[in-house]
Amino acid sequence: MAADTPPDALLDAVEVTGWGRTAPTVARVARPRSYAEVAAAVLACGARGGIARGLGRAYGDAAQNAGGSVLDMTGLDRIHTVDATTGTVVCDAGVSLHRLMEVLLPLGWFVPVSPGTRYVTVGGAIGADIHGKNHHVSGSFSRHVRSLDLLTADGEVRTVAPGTDLFDATTGGMGLTGVILSATLQMHPVETALMSVDTERATDLDDLMARLTATDHRYRYSVAWIDLLARGGALGRSVLTRGEHAPYAVLPARTRRAPLAFRTGRLPSAPSLVPEGLLGRTTVGLFNELWYRKAPRLRTGQLQRISTFFHPLDGVPHWNRVYGRGGFVQYQFVVGHGQEETLRRVVRRIARRGCPSFLAVLKRFGEGDPGWLSFPMPGWTLALDIPTGMSGLDSFLDELDEDVAGAGGRVYLAKDSRLRPELLHAMYPKLPAFLALRAEVDPRGVFRSDLSRRLAL
Amino acid sequence: MKDAFGAPQSLLVLGGTSEIGLATARRLIARRTRTVLLAGRPSPALESAADSLRTLGAEVRTVPFDALDTAAHGEILGKLFTDGDIDMVLLAFGVLGDQAHDEADPPAAVQVAQTNYTGAVSALLICAQALQAQGHGSLVVLSSVAGERARRANFIYGSSKAGLDAFAQGLGDALYGTGVHVMVVRPGFVRTRMTAGLDEPPLTTTPHAVATAIELGLRRRSETVWVPGAMRAVMTALRHVPRPLFRRLPL
Ligand SMILES: Cc1cc2nc3c(=O)[nH]c(=O)nc-3n(C[C@H](O)[C@H](O)[C@H](O)COP(=O)(O)OP(=O)(O)OC[C@H]3O[C@@H](n4cnc5c(N)ncnc54)[C@H](O)[C@@H]3O)c2cc1C
Ligand SMILES: NC(=O)c1ccc[n+]([C@@H]2O[C@H](COP(=O)([O-])OP(=O)(O)OC[C@H]3O[C@@H](n4cnc5c(N)ncnc54)[C@H](OP(=O)(O)O)[C@@H]3O)[C@@H](O)[C@H]2O)c1
Repeated sequence: MAADTPPDALLDAVEVTGWGRTAPTVARVARPRSYAEVAAAVLACGARGGIARGLGRAYGDAAQNAGGSVLDMTGLDRIHTVDATTGTVVCDAGVSLHRLMEVLLPLGWFVPVSPGTRYVTVGGAIGADIHGKNHHVSGSFSRHVRSLDLLTADGEVRTVAPGTDLFDATTGGMGLTGVILSATLQMHPVETALMSVDTERATDLDDLMARLTATDHRYRYSVAWIDLLARGGALGRSVLTRGEHAPYAVLPARTRRAPLAFRTGRLPSAPSLVPEGLLGRTTVGLFNELWYRKAPRLRTGQLQRISTFFHPLDGVPHWNRVYGRGGFVQYQFVVGHGQEETLRRVVRRIARRGCPSFLAVLKRFGEGDPGWLSFPMPGWTLALDIPTGMSGLDSFLDELDEDVAGAGGRVYLAKDSRLRPELLHAMYPKLPAFLALRAEVDPRGVFRSDLSRRLAL
Repeated sequence: MKDAFGAPQSLLVLGGTSEIGLATARRLIARRTRTVLLAGRPSPALESAADSLRTLGAEVRTVPFDALDTAAHGEILGKLFTDGDIDMVLLAFGVLGDQAHDEADPPAAVQVAQTNYTGAVSALLICAQALQAQGHGSLVVLSSVAGERARRANFIYGSSKAGLDAFAQGLGDALYGTGVHVMVVRPGFVRTRMTAGLDEPPLTTTPHAVATAIELGLRRRSETVWVPGAMRAVMTALRHVPRPLFRRLPL
C-alpha cells in the first residue's frame, strides 16, 4: 500500500519556533537529502506554501510556516569543492559555518563573515544577509558570494550572479524568492586559528562612539558590549573588543606546532526552566556590573580562540532556554551616521526602563550591500535580548520603532518577531521592488513564512 | 499572524455584541488587530458595535450567526476562514437566563443549555478544525466561575458553563501540539448588561479588566485565566465547602 500513501504522510507535522521561542506554529517539516528532493518538496507544497529553514537561529518567525511546509535544509550538507589556493568554496546551502571552519581553517581559510554563533547555515547566512564584527571592513555575507543556485517556485534551478535583481532580492530576502541549494563563497585567508584581541573600556556612550569612530578602521573586527542598565553619567558604558587574525609570528612556540587547529570549548547546557524573576533587573544588573569591572581598562594583543572571540554563547548549548517559557525578543536596529542623537535617546530610554538585558552589543557598520531587504547601512547598530515577560515591553518596543523609523533607520528581520507591519515600508524603501519581483518569480506565493504573513511581505 | 507577544492581527468574536467581547476587541485593536469579524444575531446593536470598532481603525465585518442554529454553523463559520487566517477566535456568546423562572419553564432552561453548551460545542469544534488547518491560532473561551461549582441560585447557567468549561479544557488537550492554543477564561461577576440589575458581590470586575487579563493570557500562552486573579483562590476554597454548608451560603 506504500504507493498509495500521499506524500504528506511522509512528513511530520511539528511545532516550530525561532531561536527566541515565541509564537510557535505547526508545519510539516521535510528534510530533503538531495536537490531533487528539494524540488519535489517545493512542488508538493500545498495551499499554505513552504519556506526553507537552516539551523533556526533567526530569533523570530522567519523560518516557520504555519499549516504549510518547512524545508529543513540541514540534510544538504556537502562541501563540493575547495580551492585551497584561491579560497573559493562551493557548498550546499545546509552546510553550517561551523563545518566550514572545521574544514577550511586547517587549510588557512576563514569564513568571510561570522555572526555571533557559528551554528548558522550558508542558506540562512545569505537569506538574512548576515553581518559580523567585520562589517565596517567586509560588508555583509552577500559581498562574498560569487554565485548561488536558487530553486524557484516553478521548480527551475537558476544560477544567480551578483549584480542581478534576483541576487539582490535573494540576499536578505528571508527565503521568499526560493530555496538556495548551493553557493560559491570567497573565504578569507588566515595564518592561524587564533585572534589577537585588544580590549578597552569606554566610560559612556559618547566615549564609546568617539573611540569607534576614531580607531575602528585599524581593526578588521570590532564590537562593543554595552551595559544598558547603567544610567546617568555611566549611560552607555561599554567594553570594546577589537581584533585581527593573529599572524603566525606572534604565536608562542607551543601553539606554533598546530597554528591552524580549530579548537572550541563547550559548557554544560543551560537549564531549561529558570524560575521566573531570576533574570530580573537586579541579577542582570549585578552580572553587567561584574562584566564591566572584570574587563581590563586597556589590554592589547591578547591571543584568543576563534570561538571565544566570535561565539562566546555557542559554549552554552540551548542558552536560549534561560529566558523561560515565554521566550524572548531580540531587538536590533540600525540608524545612520548623523543620527547619533537617536541612538543616545534610545539607549537612554532603554536604561531608564530597566530592561533586564545581558549582552547588548553596539557596532559601527560600514557601507551597506545591495540586497533589497538587506539590513546593514552605514551607521550604528544596537542589539539586545529582552524576555517577553517584561511588562509593557510590546508598546515600549513599538515606540522605539517609531523613533528608529523616523530617523531613517530599520530593524533586522532575522531578529524580528513583533514589528508593526505598517512600518516596514518606511524602514525598507526597496520593498516595492522586492514585492514586484516576488510577484513575478512566485506568482502563486509558494514561498511563504509566518514572517511574510505577519508583515505582508 | 500573532506576534511574539501573542497579539493577533485578525479576530473573530462569536457573540459580536458581547460587552466583554467588544472590550477585548478594543484592547487588541490598540495592539496589532486590524481585521475583526463580529458574528452574532443581526441587529442594530451588532452594526453599531461594528461602527464603534471601525472608528478605532479596524476593518470590521458583521456575520449573521445564531448559536442555537447549529445546523448552519459549519457553512457560516467555515466560510470565514477561507478569506484569510483568523489568528484568534473569542467565544463570547452566552445567556444568563432567569433561574427562578426557568426552573418552572423547562423549554426556557433548555434554551440556556443549548446556547451556552450545545451551541458552543458546535462552534468550537468547527473553529478548532479550521485553526488546526492553519497551523496556528488561539481559541479563547469565556467560561465562568459559576461553572466551578453549581450554586442553588443559578445552577442552570452554572451547569451549562461547567459543561462548556470541561469541554474547552478537553479540547485544549486534544489540540496540544497542533499550534492551536485554547484558553479558558473564568470571570467572576462582571458589570455588563448581562448582570444589570443584580446585586454586585465582592470582587465584581469590569469588561475592561477581563480584556486586560485575556491580553496577558495570550502573551503567556496561559491555559486558564481567572478574573480577577483572586477568584482562583476563592473558588478553590468554595470547592471544598461541605454540601450542607454550601447549600446555605448566601451565594
Ligand atoms: C546567538 C546568535 C547570534 C547571532 N548573531 C548574529 C550576528 O552577529 N549577525 C547577524 O547578521 N545575525 C546574527 N544572528 C542571526 C543569524 O545569523 C541569522 O538569523 C541567520 O539567518 C540564521 O541562519 P540559520 O541557518 O539558522 O537560518 P534560519 O534561522 O533557519 O533561517 C533564517 C532565514 O533564512 C532563510 N533560509 C535558510 N536557509 C535557506 C535556504 N537554503 N534558501 C533560502 N532561504 C533560506 C529562512 O527562510 C529564513 O528566512 C545571530 C543569531 C544567534 C542565535
Ligand atoms: N457578565 C458576567 O458577569 C459574566 C461572568 C462570567 C462569564 N460571562 C460570560 O461571558 C460571555 C459574554 O458575556 P457579557 O457579559 O459580555 O454579556 P453580553 O454583553 O450580554 O453578551 C452576551 C452575548 O451573547 C450573545 N448571544 C446570546 N444568545 C445568542 C445566540 N443564540 N446566538 C448568538 N449570540 C447570542 C448576545 O448577542 P445578542 O446581542 O444577539 O443578544 C451577546 O453578544 C458570556 O458567555 C457570559 O456567560 C459573563
